[in-house]
Amino acid sequence: MSLMKEIGERALGLGVPFSVHLDLTYRCNEQCVHCYLDHNDHGEMTTAEIKHLLKEMAEAGVFILTLSGGEIFLRKDFFEILECARDLTFCIRLKTNAVLIREAQAARLRDLGVESIQVSIYSHRPEVHDTITKVPGSFRRSINAIRFLRSQGLKVVIANVLMTENMHDYRGAHALADELGAGFTLDPTVAPMMDGDRSILNLNIHESALHDTYRDESLVGSVEEFCAPPRPADESNMESLPCSAGHTACYVSPYGEFYPCVQFPLSCGNVRQQRFIDIWRNSEQLKEVRSIRLRDLSSCSQCAHGGSCTRCPGLAFMEGNMRGPSTQDCEKSFARTGIPSANLLSKKGKTSPARLVQIQLVPAVTGSRLSGTGSRAIAIAS
Amino acid sequence: MNKKLYVARSPRIAARKLGEETLVMSAQGSTLFTLNPTATILWQVADGITALDEIVERHICSEFDVKLEEAIRDAEALAAELSRHGILVISEKPITSPKSPT
Repeated sequence: MSLMKEIGERALGLGVPFSVHLDLTYRCNEQCVHCYLDHNDHGEMTTAEIKHLLKEMAEAGVFILTLSGGEIFLRKDFFEILECARDLTFCIRLKTNAVLIREAQAARLRDLGVESIQVSIYSHRPEVHDTITKVPGSFRRSINAIRFLRSQGLKVVIANVLMTENMHDYRGAHALADELGAGFTLDPTVAPMMDGDRSILNLNIHESALHDTYRDESLVGSVEEFCAPPRPADESNMESLPCSAGHTACYVSPYGEFYPCVQFPLSCGNVRQQRFIDIWRNSEQLKEVRSIRLRDLSSCSQCAHGGSCTRCPGLAFMEGNMRGPSTQDCEKSFARTGIPSANLLSKKGKTSPARLVQIQLVPAVTGSRLSGTGSRAIAIAS
Repeated sequence: MNKKLYVARSPRIAARKLGEETLVMSAQGSTLFTLNPTATILWQVADGITALDEIVERHICSEFDVKLEEAIRDAEALAAELSRHGILVISEKPITSPKSPT
């Protein structure tokens, strides 16, 4: 078991919110065709409110803090917030389009010890990227920013969302990431808008293209392993947790809304009215999320994919039932294995609402232990 | 007599207590470490101003059944290891403003 996974399990046992995704704003200087957010400002938390929240999060034991948006650099107080977060010794990850990052900002991020910066790049072709962002010149500015960040020695990951507009470009984007010394993630998922509007799902790539993507070794590693026949659930699977959402991770919106995950818009409280730790410990909604096991899912527990499915409870929630299947993940399983899920079989003849899949190529964090042994007062063991 | 050593936490480190241990991540290489309770004490009191032997005497020998000389030796080894990973800064003079490791 990796050290990070081991720590995640320890956090779970201790009831610690190990990882938080905090959106600082929904405002953005790009207008991406696939974005799930309403970019108008409906009353963002103030600088003081965010600093107060960060203190509460640190006291609650949050270690990994992802600052995202919208575009985080649109907040004039961004570096003030970041400095506060560093003083509180979070492990900080940023998600940005990087359009506003120049040499000075990159140097400041380096000095503040940001762990990694994820930058959205949708193609290696400027015209394709700029068409998706609807901002001419955005590709050039984002790529220049990545060069500034890399020149400071910062870890950069290029995040590419696969959709109909750029479905042939992911290899080129991957090569561009390699050239820039950046990591690469590909997410063939266009998620519904947070308000439930599903109209943007027509940007998802066709099933045959998804099938081919899943058979690209440069993305998935061993195709034989990745596309292996499904496993039905065994007893241990029946008791397993679906993901970290609400268990060791959660999300806070720019307006203080507390969700289990950015992709799971179930309101559990608001940090403007309640302490972060009180919501984490006492929210009835979170307790319900935490109570769900595979055996409680009537369709999924009986499915041929039960032991190997990566069902997202947030997508299931947005589909109408957090205890139901996520059709998007059923389609992912089908594209991988060619075997329909119980849910797809029951829908046979009907049109499914979306195709959503996720592939992550983020390099694993390495781990070591510095620990004491019996005979020495202080010792090191790796 | 050995020279005094001073230790300070690097400013570019992420850290959080988790149970009795401390998680530490260096931005340099994204390497994650867990410090055991003894190493956690050293980490917490590494203020750059208190000498390492004083830290050991005050905070470790008072808590654990260990001889001072042995504990100082182990603490120096641990501090050197943490320094190699950019987690601690070591100096023979008090450290008032620890520089980021490059």
